[in-house]
Amino acid sequence: MTYIAKPKLHHPTLATNKLGFTRRDYEGPVSTLCAGCGHDSISAAIIQAAFNLDIEPHRVAKLSGIGCSSKTPTYFLGQSHGFNTVHGRMPSVLTGANLANRDLIYMGVSGDGDSASIGLGQFAHAMRRGVNMVYIVMNNGVYGLTKGQFSATADKGSKSKKGAINNDSPVDLVSLALQLGATFVARSFSGDKAQLVPLIEAALAHQGAAFIDVISPCVAFNNHAGSTKSYDYVREHNEAVNRIDFMPYREEITTEYEPGSVQEVVQHDGSVLRLRKLHAEYDPNNRIGAMNYLQEHQAKGEVVTGLLFVDPEPEDLHAYSNTVPVPLNTLGANELCPKSAALEKINASLR
Amino acid sequence: MKPTDIGRPEYFHKVVDCQLACPAHTPVPEYIRLIAAGRYSDAYMVNWHSNVFPGVLGRTCDRPCEPACRRGRVEDGESKEPVAICRLKRVAADYKDDVSARMPKPAEKKNGKRIACVGAGPASLTVARDLAPLGYEVTVFDGEKKAGGFIRSQIPKFRLPEEVIDEETGYILNLGVDFRSGVRVESLKGLLAEGYDAVFVGSGAPRGRDLDIPGRKEAAKNIHIGIDWLSSVSFGHIDKIGRRVIVLGGGNTAMDCCRSSRRLGGEDVKVIVRSGFDEMKASPWEKEDAIHEGIPILNYLVPKEFRHENGKLVGMLFEKVKAVYDDRGRRSLVPAGEPDQYFECDDVLVAVGQENSFPWIERDIGLEFDKWGMPVVSESTMQSSIPKVFFGGDAAFGPKNIIWAVAHGHEAAVSIDRFCSGEDVAVRPPPNVNLMSQKMGIHEWSYDNAVSNDIRFKVPLKDISISLKNIKVEVELGFDPQLAFKEAQRCLNCDVQTVFAAGQCIECDACVDICPMDCITFTANGEEDDLRKRLNAPALNLSQDLYVSTELKTGRVMVKDEDVCLHCGLCAERCPTGAWDMQKFLLTTTKAGPGCRDRHANHAAPSRQAA
Ligand SMILES: Cc1cc2nc3c(=O)[nH]c(=O)nc-3n(C[C@H](O)[C@H](O)[C@H](O)COP(=O)(O)OP(=O)(O)OC[C@H]3O[C@@H](n4cnc5c(N)ncnc54)[C@H](O)[C@@H]3O)c2cc1C
Ligand SMILES: Cc1ncc(C[n+]2csc(CCOP(=O)(O)OP(=O)(O)O)c2C)c(N)n1
Ligand code: SF4
Ligand code: SF4
Ligand code: SF4
Ligand SMILES: [Mg+2]
Repeated sequence: MTYIAKPKLHHPTLATNKLGFTRRDYEGPVSTLCAGCGHDSISAAIIQAAFNLDIEPHRVAKLSGIGCSSKTPTYFLGQSHGFNTVHGRMPSVLTGANLANRDLIYMGVSGDGDSASIGLGQFAHAMRRGVNMVYIVMNNGVYGLTKGQFSATADKGSKSKKGAINNDSPVDLVSLALQLGATFVARSFSGDKAQLVPLIEAALAHQGAAFIDVISPCVAFNNHAGSTKSYDYVREHNEAVNRIDFMPYREEITTEYEPGSVQEVVQHDGSVLRLRKLHAEYDPNNRIGAMNYLQEHQAKGEVVTGLLFVDPEPEDLHAYSNTVPVPLNTLGANELCPKSAALEKINASLR
Repeated sequence: MKPTDIGRPEYFHKVVDCQLACPAHTPVPEYIRLIAAGRYSDAYMVNWHSNVFPGVLGRTCDRPCEPACRRGRVEDGESKEPVAICRLKRVAADYKDDVSARMPKPAEKKNGKRIACVGAGPASLTVARDLAPLGYEVTVFDGEKKAGGFIRSQIPKFRLPEEVIDEETGYILNLGVDFRSGVRVESLKGLLAEGYDAVFVGSGAPRGRDLDIPGRKEAAKNIHIGIDWLSSVSFGHIDKIGRRVIVLGGGNTAMDCCRSSRRLGGEDVKVIVRSGFDEMKASPWEKEDAIHEGIPILNYLVPKEFRHENGKLVGMLFEKVKAVYDDRGRRSLVPAGEPDQYFECDDVLVAVGQENSFPWIERDIGLEFDKWGMPVVSESTMQSSIPKVFFGGDAAFGPKNIIWAVAHGHEAAVSIDRFCSGEDVAVRPPPNVNLMSQKMGIHEWSYDNAVSNDIRFKVPLKDISISLKNIKVEVELGFDPQLAFKEAQRCLNCDVQTVFAAGQCIECDACVDICPMDCITFTANGEEDDLRKRLNAPALNLSQDLYVSTELKTGRVMVKDEDVCLHCGLCAERCPTGAWDMQKFLLTTTKAGPGCRDRHANHAAPSRQAA
């Protein structure tokens, strides 16, 4: 860990966004993670995305579980709300928060241990309920915080730092998210910000359950030969299906593209995802096609990245549950506690 | 771009902006760290080796280092102020212990070579200091009684107390130098006939320019040439001036004249300058000091006439001008079309420039002069057209300043040493460089890498009511140790270099993410102009280099813009593989002695330095 605070000074040309903030204003205190941890790069990507989207920091709630990955919310968006839950319980605490105040932007940050081991059930239910959130898993294939035991996402046959072989089948969170109804599913790599930042932007604009699995090497325990989550392995096996440019609103296409190589997805809020296809046959609007593609290509040892699936017209938990359209904290005491006459009425309807 | 060759001393030297800008290449951050550590004597010696007069320069240096200081490029908001490099030098001089034991000793054995230095200003004294300990018999001639040249005769005592000059000229004269005080050399031909192996001319630029306008002769009694008047004040021949004084000229001499006048009875003192305020030659801080003492500066007024009654000066008439610029941006002053302005006065000090003059150098002895009457001197070797005659200081290329005189002195001493050893003076010795990791532990460095957010501290001044009463009272009190520590902490340690080992890099982006200044980019290689635009933050300052690595595993290169790096070491702290390391680059110029010669002689051990 680093002992000095990151200097306040910044580049003389550092830009400000619509709110007058610089990118540096979206930082938090200096990270205590291991030097070179992929998680720090993901934090930097989140900072960049929040700056680019002119997000007001007080409109964001960051929730996480336990793990090195779950520590990261301390190191970004220092002016936002934060909640560290018990191990694996981020999804349920976030779901509750979201039900109470639907106006905030929810960012759930978790690890592969936090979400695929102890919190697997929690993960599944947040996805299937369509909680409006960005769910980021910083996936390193190990329990980094507890010194590098295999996690449930470790690939079968991959080798630990000490040489042990993992014999268990891996949990693929992307496939699960697709199957469980998440309306935005992507995979990326901490070492590729050009891909990751626009994905986070698009996910933040998405009004439903958005899941991003970010492969994020653990330099301390899982960055050796024989690991399938190391910088070298991911770089060698990375197969991006597309590159996305995120635009808050539609802009004229000014660059020349090969016919059929660009696809635009207009999200419900008017934002546009311009996808530059790298695999012509890949269609990110086809959930079943995505699942098949993933299975096929993962079987070949490819690490498939990019925007894998998006539903431009998602629905979320609030829509399914027909909740009030405003945060509970804006309601008066009478509306929140509608007295015994209202209770009588409800009880009567149930008789 | 080609990968950067950090093995060339020029590369990292350029990163240490202040040291590069210092004519004598003083290792600035090195001494500033020593001051922060309270090691004042060590800080003094680092300075002494490079610039010879730390106590003098710490009060008077023209400080070309400060406009170059990186701090002035990276600070936030309106205050972009360099480190007070110059005044920190004074701290080293003020708080050091007795350093006489650390000074070189007079040579035990002479080497049989005799050197004459004309003048005892900073240039000659530097030559003497560099050569005497090597065994040269150095004779220094000066028409004045005491050594120091203009340092003693021109710079007013309220800026530079006499004791400081005595101490620092003393260190040199104690090296076994033969100082012939009060001896003016009247003939170079005669001097050469005395059989010296080499002669160094450090006779300065001693003549003040006059102003030939109507009334000059008639009112002569109350019109004084600035530098002549200042030396008369310094030597105690003049101790008062009229109540109303006009100082003509916009340079540093004018500033010393007006401030001296305020202390010798001038109550209504004003500076009147032809040019605008910003174009004045005086340093900004000298103008500030004059204004602080209640001296108005009036601009765009061209002297027209000295008015006199009954043979006595009564005032001066000026024409108002304005600046106009042609297409090429060149300025000329044209009449503003306003009525002339008249100012009453009792005395006028003319400080409109300074010239060289070599009445004692015969024109028929083979010493070449150019069409401006200046000797033809090599800028690198300081050699004249007579091989054994060398020039330096103001005598070489016209009036400059003390630190340039010192720098010339060092170069001339190297030339003389090589010349007397029968070696080609045109071949210059490379500097001594040392690059050393500062790593002490996992995230521990042997320098203080936290970056201070303090803005520049001001040097405390003596109460003006006291300092204006006595011309010998020093105006600046200097930093106390606490202030000095805080100011020293503003230094960014630009000599602690970010050194990148491409082979160790795993391209994890950790350095890119942590760098507060967005200096680092991993990208496809390209031509410099193209790369400069493609970096995480555009590299707009073309005077600062890009550090480019060899190709990395992904085919990209690491590009670092040196321009605004804080040397905070965070890139190295966050690097998991040690691909980045913070390494101290210590450059010292090679001085006269065995190290500067092709055939290293075996006498004289190299001088010891604080690390
Ligand atoms: C008013 C004033 C203020 C200044 N203030 C500053 C300042 O604050 N900071 C700064 O850096 N610079 C300052 N300068 C400039 C600085 O003083 C000079 O640039 C510097 O002293 C030049 O050094 P030098 O060794 O070349 O010669 P000088 O210092 O000029 O010394 C030359 C010496 O040679 C002697 N000499 C000349 N001819 C002969 C001869 N024939 N025989 C024997 N001796 C001879 C002279 O008596 C003199 O002592 C100032 C100059 C002036 C005029
Ligand atoms: C209830 C509970 N069980 C076990 C632990 C121990 N523990 C702490 S972190 C962690 C795993 C974290 O792994 P992951 O989520 O992948 O985070 P990483 O450190 O790899 O980023 C475990 C098992 C705990 N803190 N709480
Ligand atoms: S142990 Fe691994 S996951 Fe945790 S901070 Fe270190 S590198 Fe990152
Ligand atoms: S910050 Fe320090 S080392 Fe850097 S240029 Fe300024 S004085 Fe020199
Ligand atoms: S030392 Fe490293 S982290 Fe600090 S400013 Fe320079 S390049 Fe950036
Ligand atoms: Mg993990």
